[in-house]
Amino acid sequence: MSQYVVQRLTERFPDQILETHAFRGDDTVVLKRDKLLEVLRFLKEDAGLNFDLPVDLTVVDWWRKKEPRFEVVYHLYSLGKGHRIRLKVPVDEDDAVVPSSRAVWAGFDWYEREAWDLYGIRFEGHPNHTRILLWEGFEGHPLRKDYPITKRQPLTALLDGKQE
Amino acid sequence: MSEIFIETVRDDGTPDDLGSVPMSLQMGPSHPAMHGTIKMRLRLDGEIVQKADVEVGYLHRGFEKSCENSTWTQVFPYTDRLNYVSPLCNNVGYAMAVEKLIGIDVPERCKYVRMIMSETSRVGDHLTCVGASLMELGAFTAFLYAIEAREEIWRLTEEVTGARLTHTYVRVGGLKDDLPPDFEAKYRKVEKKIRSLVDDILLLVDRNRIFLDRMKDTGVMTRERAIDWGFTGPCARASGVAYDVRKSHPYLLYDRTDFDVPVGTTGDNYDRYLVRMEELKQSLRIIDQCFKQMKPGPVNVDDPRIVMPDRDEVYGSIEGTIQHFKIIMEGIQVPPGEVYSYTEGGNGELGFYLVSVGEGKPYKCRVRPPCWNFMQAVHEMLEGYQIADIVPTFGSVNMIGGECDR
Repeated sequence: MSQYVVQRLTERFPDQILETHAFRGDDTVVLKRDKLLEVLRFLKEDAGLNFDLPVDLTVVDWWRKKEPRFEVVYHLYSLGKGHRIRLKVPVDEDDAVVPSSRAVWAGFDWYEREAWDLYGIRFEGHPNHTRILLWEGFEGHPLRKDYPITKRQPLTALLDGKQE
Repeated sequence: MSEIFIETVRDDGTPDDLGSVPMSLQMGPSHPAMHGTIKMRLRLDGEIVQKADVEVGYLHRGFEKSCENSTWTQVFPYTDRLNYVSPLCNNVGYAMAVEKLIGIDVPERCKYVRMIMSETSRVGDHLTCVGASLMELGAFTAFLYAIEAREEIWRLTEEVTGARLTHTYVRVGGLKDDLPPDFEAKYRKVEKKIRSLVDDILLLVDRNRIFLDRMKDTGVMTRERAIDWGFTGPCARASGVAYDVRKSHPYLLYDRTDFDVPVGTTGDNYDRYLVRMEELKQSLRIIDQCFKQMKPGPVNVDDPRIVMPDRDEVYGSIEGTIQHFKIIMEGIQVPPGEVYSYTEGGNGELGFYLVSVGEGKPYKCRVRPPCWNFMQAVHEMLEGYQIADIVPTFGSVNMIGGECDR
């Protein structure tokens, strides 16, 4: 069903699409970053697509596995049409910035803050670009694959007085 | 952090003769109504909330990082601790995501058992939410009734899964075990009790003047705003969004059962309460039909690479030992790929986005928590209302810290 979405997108933005594929019934469109906001607005406002529900926004870190290192992943759903789509935007580690979709869907507000907090992707134009789950002053972004799972950053001194 | 705003004129420009100043107030995280995991910075004009700033993260335990360092099966206990009020829904959601990634289908009986257990869990979830918000409004008796009904469910679930709260009952490709032989008879007793307790709750509060005054027209979320904020589940349905994953995109065997999706009109606290109470009855209806339709049969897929062998085989045959060792030490080998699988959790669309690189551990295990959307939008449901309305509004969105902060 969402093949229709892929087809519509390919017709409208032929130069923005890097790749499309489907796996286990999930259709995915890999997009360039340049006109991302325009594509997202089109997805929301086009009468035939009508993606009104922001479902999920997250990041995959392909450290030492793939270049560019990060993929920002959007999941969208249309309540009226009942179709879904997954969008992926690859970004480099040195230039880990994507335009904020907060103005298109209010629902991605905290998702973008979380992606910044845990993966260190910046969302240009976000009105409140701060950490959300961790505290201001936390060093690094813990869901990056090069952040060791055993690393500790206690906010307060430990019982033995050490800050570790 | 406390700040005092001194203003000599009100926001609309009229002079403030009484010399009152807006007050800033820190509500939570150690506040009983904030569930211990949310902090709100409020700016108050007398009793009216001018601005609410919600802070989360007090229960962040690094769910995703832990999953990336566990085998696919070891993730189940972590999913129990997401929405810990309806853990079986999370178990089922995660198992279905992994099964989608592998590309297997579980036997019919397994699907029915999963539906029965998810729906009992959902009943418990809704009862807890309704009961706790009633208690926060002062209706302590109604809370005790709700908790008594939930206790019956947990006792029943304990007999099936061995645990009261963190069940870890579902496995990739099946279940830990089939239902006990006398389960239906026991369930019937529990069902009778739940129905009578729910009726008691309704009698206590449904036409209670205080309850209605506190719940009606407070914490309103309109349909348009709810969609824009990404609401799903009972909160979205109370706002008039007729979206239930079980109905719109049936998974398991929900398409074989007949049930209604209650939808509200105004999206206030009262609507959220009504939607939950009705859904609870619909869940009991679904369970009824499952018992009628299900037949004896296997509950696990017949694939030694995925399902653990029987104990006799593990200790009695070399194949069983190897199979057991492989699954425990290396984990189930899941082919490379990525899927987004979604189910109806207690609070709304519970999505799992899994990425595999063909190893025994998930490369990425992302959960889409429905509570997250409620928390980012809850300030819109609080601003302009009285400070006392925070309690029913916050209670009726049913924020579960484990799921919100992960």
